[in-house]
Amino acid sequence: MATTLNQKTSGLGSIISRHKEQILSEWLREMGGAARRSDLIKESELQSQCSRFIGLLADATGQAGTMVQSSAYDPLRDLLTDISKSRAVQGFTARETAVFVFSIKRPIFTAIREELSKDPTAMAEEMWNATELLDGLGLYTTDAYLKSREETIHRQQEEMLELSTPVVKLWEGILALPLIGTLDSARTQVVMESLLEAIVRTNSQVAIIDITGVPTVDTVVAQHLIKTVTAARLMGADCIISGVRPQIAQTIVHLGINLLDVTTKATLSDAFALAIKKSGFTFVRPEKKKNKEQEED
Amino acid sequence: MEKIPILRMGEFLLVTIQVDMHDRLAMTLQDDLTKRISETNAHGVLIDISTLEIVDSFIGRMLGNIAAMSRVLDARTVVVGMQPAVAITLVELGMSLPGVRTALNVDAGMKLLRESLNGHGENGQGQSDGRRL
Repeated sequence: MATTLNQKTSGLGSIISRHKEQILSEWLREMGGAARRSDLIKESELQSQCSRFIGLLADATGQAGTMVQSSAYDPLRDLLTDISKSRAVQGFTARETAVFVFSIKRPIFTAIREELSKDPTAMAEEMWNATELLDGLGLYTTDAYLKSREETIHRQQEEMLELSTPVVKLWEGILALPLIGTLDSARTQVVMESLLEAIVRTNSQVAIIDITGVPTVDTVVAQHLIKTVTAARLMGADCIISGVRPQIAQTIVHLGINLLDVTTKATLSDAFALAIKKSGFTFVRPEKKKNKEQEED
Repeated sequence: MEKIPILRMGEFLLVTIQVDMHDRLAMTLQDDLTKRISETNAHGVLIDISTLEIVDSFIGRMLGNIAAMSRVLDARTVVVGMQPAVAITLVELGMSLPGVRTALNVDAGMKLLRESLNGHGENGQGQSDGRRL
């Protein structure tokens, strides 16, 4: 039994290595119809990827048969990971990436048919082995593709986190923090830290948190806001929350959140006026017009 | 034994915490401060914690206690210069120190104390606290 298995596995490997050139040219032709994206990838690059893939595939099947998980397949898996990553960056879809592996099926089947045309049982056996092997590799490619896409998404999320928390100085001793987007725990932590650090750095006594761009306020978000306000108070700065939309005011009351200890204003300009007053400044409109009129009279 | 110095500045007492607070040091400070308030008849206490980097719930409670005790002895307490990390830690521990007044730096703290002592300065932070007592 063991010998037959060995023969079978080495059979596929030797078939592939014997028909390498033929498989390669047929494979390239196959891909030309199915998923050639000449706008995204160069002919020469594709060709070198394909020939490397076939070389490694022949080696691996020769050594370990269809056991895709075995260590003999490590170099092949590495190659597929690289290819998937570059495809994800180049803008291929998941389907186009998977077709890279699946389109080799027909050339290999053709090779098997030619080799084993006299022995139908062996041919069916090899066909099954090849299908199993290539399906495994195809799924692996899709996995790697998705993984690299997820990595990109994750990195962008982190970048967005950094970008989305600017602390701006409105006036001497007055800071504003315009919040845009949904607040979660991780983001609130960043917001809180950058605000408190800016308070120390600029020696500001009033900070305005503007939540005009926050789509919803639930208990968690409110809790985060209250924490930030309390932390700022502990440091000796006053916090005003502005940009509370009618909808959000209703939600806050319905949820039973206590915002009584926090100064809230409907608009940023109201909050700014209050902050100016708290800092002891006054705005005066110079009454030039009136004076002119008086002169004319 | 190390001790935190309590300096007298006119009607106020100035406490600068420049070493890591541990529990016994905090208790000693509490004792010393209350003693000094009654001795010197001070009306304001300014605690500068700008170099304090590590707090736990005990130190937080101690700050609240000192403020409450001073109030009983007719002295206002202002805590100044709290670091962002310390503020976040205290909030996460659920200690918002409701009775304690705070200021950004010693300058602002002194101004606050003077205002509360003179009874005017309606814009002063936590003024309502001061008047209630």
